[in-house]
Amino acid sequence: METSSHDVLLVGGGGAGLRAAIAVAETNPKLRVAVISKVYPMRSHTVAAEGGAAGVVKPDDSIDEHCYDTISGGDWLCDQDAVEAFIKEAPQELLRLEHWGCPWSREPDGHIAVRAFGGMKKRRTWFAADKTGFHILHTLFQTTLKYNEIFRYDEWFVTKLLVDDGRVCGVVAIELMSGRIQAITAKAVVLCTGGCGRVFPYTTNAAIKTGDGMSLAYRAGAPLKDMEFIQYHPTGLPFTGILITEAARAEGGYMLNKDGYRYLQDYDLGRPEPKPVLRSMELGPRDRLSQAFVKEIEKGRTIHGPYGEVVHLDLRHLGEKLINQKLPFVRELCLKYEGLDPVTQLIPVRPVVHYMMGGVSTDINGATPLPGLYAAGECACVSINGANRLGSNSLPEILVFGARAGVAAAEFASGAAEQVSQAVLAQAEDERRRLEQQFLRKTDGNERVAVIREAMQKTLESGAGIYRTQKSLEDAATHLAILRERAGNIALDDHSRTFNTELLSALELHCMLDVAICIVHSALSRTESRGAHQRTDYPDRNDRDFLAHTLISQDEHGAIRVNYKPVTITRWPPGERVYGQPTQTAAKA
Amino acid sequence: MAAGGTRVRTANSDRSESITMARNIDIELQVSRYSPEQDLEPHLQSYRVPIRDEWVILDALNYVKDKIDGTLTFRWSCRMGICGSCGYMINGEPKLGCATFLKDYAPGPVKIEPLRNFPIVRDLVIEISDFLEKLKKVKPWLIHEGSNGQGEYLQTPDQLEQFRQHSMCINCLLCYAACPISGLDPIFIGPAALALAHRYNKDSRDQGSAERMATLSHPDGIWGCTFVGECTRVCPKHVDPAGAIQQYKLAAAMDGMKSFLMPWGKR
Repeated sequence: METSSHDVLLVGGGGAGLRAAIAVAETNPKLRVAVISKVYPMRSHTVAAEGGAAGVVKPDDSIDEHCYDTISGGDWLCDQDAVEAFIKEAPQELLRLEHWGCPWSREPDGHIAVRAFGGMKKRRTWFAADKTGFHILHTLFQTTLKYNEIFRYDEWFVTKLLVDDGRVCGVVAIELMSGRIQAITAKAVVLCTGGCGRVFPYTTNAAIKTGDGMSLAYRAGAPLKDMEFIQYHPTGLPFTGILITEAARAEGGYMLNKDGYRYLQDYDLGRPEPKPVLRSMELGPRDRLSQAFVKEIEKGRTIHGPYGEVVHLDLRHLGEKLINQKLPFVRELCLKYEGLDPVTQLIPVRPVVHYMMGGVSTDINGATPLPGLYAAGECACVSINGANRLGSNSLPEILVFGARAGVAAAEFASGAAEQVSQAVLAQAEDERRRLEQQFLRKTDGNERVAVIREAMQKTLESGAGIYRTQKSLEDAATHLAILRERAGNIALDDHSRTFNTELLSALELHCMLDVAICIVHSALSRTESRGAHQRTDYPDRNDRDFLAHTLISQDEHGAIRVNYKPVTITRWPPGERVYGQPTQTAAKA
Repeated sequence: MAAGGTRVRTANSDRSESITMARNIDIELQVSRYSPEQDLEPHLQSYRVPIRDEWVILDALNYVKDKIDGTLTFRWSCRMGICGSCGYMINGEPKLGCATFLKDYAPGPVKIEPLRNFPIVRDLVIEISDFLEKLKKVKPWLIHEGSNGQGEYLQTPDQLEQFRQHSMCINCLLCYAACPISGLDPIFIGPAALALAHRYNKDSRDQGSAERMATLSHPDGIWGCTFVGECTRVCPKHVDPAGAIQQYKLAAAMDGMKSFLMPWGKR
């Protein structure tokens, strides 16, 4: 089998992977660094982020206040040392992006402009109109082009991590263009593969968000952390799941039920004011807003649309000028995909799966418990997002932890010896054989990828959606076990070696099933309600038993293990999440 | 058939009604197929798919892929017009599959082919590495000597506005498929990459225009463009590559003029 070799290999070419690549190149320019990605880097899903990136920059703001908002927003499941490091470094990272050319929106005097965002007590969200992720990704990608030392494997899919003697030493990957399967060895591997929203039927996530990195780590024996915490974004378009950014509410949009009533006032989120009030009403956190939607359905106050229940997002009072200036993409998406103009019409919206708070368990430098394996971005869980991520914290997260993981991996690789044993090459050969036998040459079998994928998505929606119970989760676990069996019986129509996207879909489906199983089992074990994990049979938060991270892993026989690890609390003792009124932000000195 | 198509369009004002009506109608897709392992050249294959009011061309392709023929091969990802993956020729026009409604082609048939002016890998998948080489050639990164210490480079909203439009390119390559010069002269740098060069040149923070000019005022750089304007017409993000190239030519001509008139001057 062909092999190639690098010092540091980044898996994933989105914001985290590209930022990590630059960090590696800057830490030690002698290192052979490579980015492997199943799509061209500028297609990565970072591109779809809209609203902005939080970073303390204005004189009325402080690191402590951003920390408090993040920790209370995360329902005290964030590791506070990680949050503090993250929030201190976020502005520097955003500034680096500025120096690399990111077209941030500006104040009249030329300084960076900031906007309000949900759950944030101060205006601190940097933005590039409402295409912030697009500009960040393209700025990073274009900047990496000046580093000749960054080698790219574009449109390669990683199918397995190579592990030898307890250390990760590379991957097996398939080149889509040629169908070539080969080993790529590396002293350090950094997973930057993003989220897994596609395990659910209605999601803002792109087709490529199939939890590949989470699955790779899990299969290699690394634990996944807090996988039960899935964020529903309260304002997705009903059929497509296309995101209408939170910035639409930050600029003053209202959430209305069928009576034109700003219903959030009924859910401990404050009083309705004409102008947006920080940490209040429409600027409450996403978990609370999505939960309020379900309660409105129960009260019969939502609108019946062709694709289920919806509420309305009302931007009409903002006026055409502001919408064009601050929310042009929102208008473009509504006109193109819903055939309506938000300047004069209400936007139908519903909660849609948006973000995975959990992921590959890492320390503050992106290191996993498996030596040689690192992770950053949405596929990782450090954890700074706890039980509910605040909007505009994930873009700085990919930068801060992409950079940290890149530096840590570069330092590890600088001091490590190359480890390419016969055992590793034999593993790679086994993997090639598995791909051939299980997929490419398999002609028996009677299952289709799309059928199992759809069944999995429905199972997750009904079993592990916004509200969960023991029963719903147990049913989901049973269904998923059956689907896992059936997935072994998939027969592909396509046996070609050239750009076989059906093979890719089948491999992605297996990744999603791993992730789905981890979500359901983690949710079953956590018999409390916290943030985005709401158990109607255990409606209260239980700090005595669950001020802890869920760690799910599988042993060498494939048996699932769930353990807990205490949350790191430094200066912000667990308290009540209060929205809609002045909050206590003082930390213990 | 024609009446059916009209009915779908006019039923737009009432969503739920139009969906019910449209469910009973289907449409023929004629999709270009090419597999290098079997075919000498591309050929069309027909599939019948339902027309749904909310479906874009990409939804129809995914319907085929999921339910009819798993071998149909195409790129896609975000399905919200921002990742740039799903450019195809749709009835001969370069368009994004995710931003083009199926019902607009009723009663059909609708022909879907790979973007023109690129080598075909398989079916609708094109080879784009040549574009990536050209992209790198124009140095699409901020060139700025020295540093201003800790803070941001100041830039007023007006200065941002100077290049904002040209920074919106999603690299979907519809402009290369539309450009007659890109078709004839593969060395021509092409609309998207030139627009991006112009984007950095016009950025008040950038000092690299002379460096970029050295590459671009070469005959295969900008001068190939005969200002047909097709690139601007098909651009889904209103980047206006044609305008960028014209401005660039003007700057290059001025630059050339200056060096001719004032050879002692600083280039």
